[in-house]
Amino acid sequence: MNKTNGKKKFHINNISLIITISLFIVMFVFGSVKYDNFLSISTFLNIFNDNAYLMIAGIGVTFVLITGGIDISISSTVAFTGVFSAFLLEKGAPPFVVIPLLLIIGILLGAGMGALIHYFKMQPFIVTLAGMFLMRGLCVVISEASIPISDPFFKSMALGKISIKLGEAKALNGKIYYYVFILLLVLLVATYVLKGTRFGRSIYALGGNEQSAALMGLNVAKIKISAYAISGFCAALAGIVFSFYTLAGYGLQNMGMELDALSSAVIGGTLLTGGVGTVVGTTFGAMIQGIIQNIVTYQNLNTWWTKVTIAGLLCFFIVIQRIIAIRSEKAKGKD
Amino acid sequence: MKTILNKWSKNQVFWPIVIFLIILLFNGIVSKGEFFRMSIVDGHLYGRVIDIFRNGSKLVILAAGMTMVLATGGTDISVGSVMAISGAIACSIVDQRILPGLGGNVGAAVIIAVIAGIACGLWNGLLVAKIKIQPIVATMILLVAGRGIAQLITNGKIVTVTSDAYYFINGGYILGLPFPLFILIFLVGALILFTRKTAFGLLLESVGCNPLASKFAGIKVDFMLLGIYTISGAFAAVAGLIESAGIKGADCNNAGLNIEMDAILAVAIGGTNIMGGRFSIPASIAGALIVQGITTSVLALGVPAAYIRVLKATLIIVICLSQSGKFKELFKSRKVSNQRGAVKEQ
Repeated sequence: MNKTNGKKKFHINNISLIITISLFIVMFVFGSVKYDNFLSISTFLNIFNDNAYLMIAGIGVTFVLITGGIDISISSTVAFTGVFSAFLLEKGAPPFVVIPLLLIIGILLGAGMGALIHYFKMQPFIVTLAGMFLMRGLCVVISEASIPISDPFFKSMALGKISIKLGEAKALNGKIYYYVFILLLVLLVATYVLKGTRFGRSIYALGGNEQSAALMGLNVAKIKISAYAISGFCAALAGIVFSFYTLAGYGLQNMGMELDALSSAVIGGTLLTGGVGTVVGTTFGAMIQGIIQNIVTYQNLNTWWTKVTIAGLLCFFIVIQRIIAIRSEKAKGKD
Repeated sequence: MKTILNKWSKNQVFWPIVIFLIILLFNGIVSKGEFFRMSIVDGHLYGRVIDIFRNGSKLVILAAGMTMVLATGGTDISVGSVMAISGAIACSIVDQRILPGLGGNVGAAVIIAVIAGIACGLWNGLLVAKIKIQPIVATMILLVAGRGIAQLITNGKIVTVTSDAYYFINGGYILGLPFPLFILIFLVGALILFTRKTAFGLLLESVGCNPLASKFAGIKVDFMLLGIYTISGAFAAVAGLIESAGIKGADCNNAGLNIEMDAILAVAIGGTNIMGGRFSIPASIAGALIVQGITTSVLALGVPAAYIRVLKATLIIVICLSQSGKFKELFKSRKVSNQRGAVKEQ
């Protein structure tokens, strides 16, 4: 029984991931055929350069989604981290104090929300909605205007890059910024944690069925609160990467990014009902958004089309998920 | 006398109204009576208290719709975006940017904007009721896409209108009272009558408490959800009209921004359980007036507007915490002993 269940989940996961990867390839080919200069290594690498922060935040929120919860506070945490780090750096604090401090704030915020959700049985969306407004409010309290960052370490991270040159042709050249390696590190660690550790497996168990997980003797409180803390940590890290990317902190930055991160996860095969999902899938989901952005830019459309397209895509994937879920429910009924 | 007070204080509406009155009184004392001064100019009533009602009308309308959505155990965070869409459509029609065949007719613009709101609500309802997506995610799609759609309607510009008939929606007066007040009374009154004089309200509470049991009891849960999200969308569209008539244009980026939080906060202050079940629209109205009262008085005290959001976020957590069963349990032992004491006295 257990085995078949595992297989089924793997199956669901696979379909979404396969659709996602093939969609990515189709879009890349479409762009390459339609536009000059699209087919190049730099286009591919720029997806990572421009969306590293989104991917990191998406990976964090995937943990929460797998437990069956939701975290919509991440965009505000990203903005808060950006503003607060810019503010502290402007006041002369060294970056090696600022960065750990902000990461700790992220963890504490996440853990606090997780504790409210777990111990007081409050709805995740209400708690994280309040968290979202709290952080967004604090941004404006710190500064209403955009604060530039001129710290040498942040600058070196923002501008430091590795040039890749595979040939003389322009299409074979590209560059990858240092901060993208932070993303790769997060991706590797997150994959290992989810797939290879007891904690990771218990996150899936919790999302599958909270009551069963508790009856199995898993420490539900610890797992749930940790998942939200991881999401908070990743959001803060994403905020730091974002301030590397823009070299400024601005309180109204990244409005609606929580949807981008959530849709990355959903497009990458994470079930919103919990129990199923991979961080690799989430990364692919974010890559698809990157390529949509590219195509919208190449097509010279209003940037709002990106949002509308992503919302449409999200809808499409959610409907697919529902159809698969309904089918598997029916299959269960037949057994 | 004491029994009447006891009976009243049991009512869900009692405490929100008392708090609202305290906020008014506080303002009155701080401003040394200036707050309560009302003047009649050209047969129109002016005053700070009237302003709270006028500026709060959008929120009251939204909160009324939101109460029903929350009572089903759902949520609708797309109301701000729907406001932006309806404002964008109405202003674009009045300004003859779209559908120039209508000749900028205000009535037609209003009707089409409300229809757009109904369509948005239907879309949310379909996702929630038929495809069974979690309400927060379903409405979040429209939260983000909605502003995009509004931007596409106005072509990314802020559309300004010059039409006295359109301004009337927010700035007009009938019998000396602001026009939004009449919209509010009409819509919310109809909703209260509909939920309390028909079985609809009772069925709604049943759906909120246990959708599955309600379904087995023969309630058409899907149909009800569809209807409720549609009402919420339509109400949001009306609020969007009032807002855009107030700023005399459509600003897709800022119209109704973050107002969904205020609406949820208003309902929570009113004492309706956010998890679904029992609800009271009059209590939500009082809640909305409290939120507006706080905003107005904080601004009047000269506190920077930025702090309001932090304050509201804290408030909503505290209220939700007090509604949560676990939190009540912490205080239960004390209450039980109190009750025992009361029994002895009798």
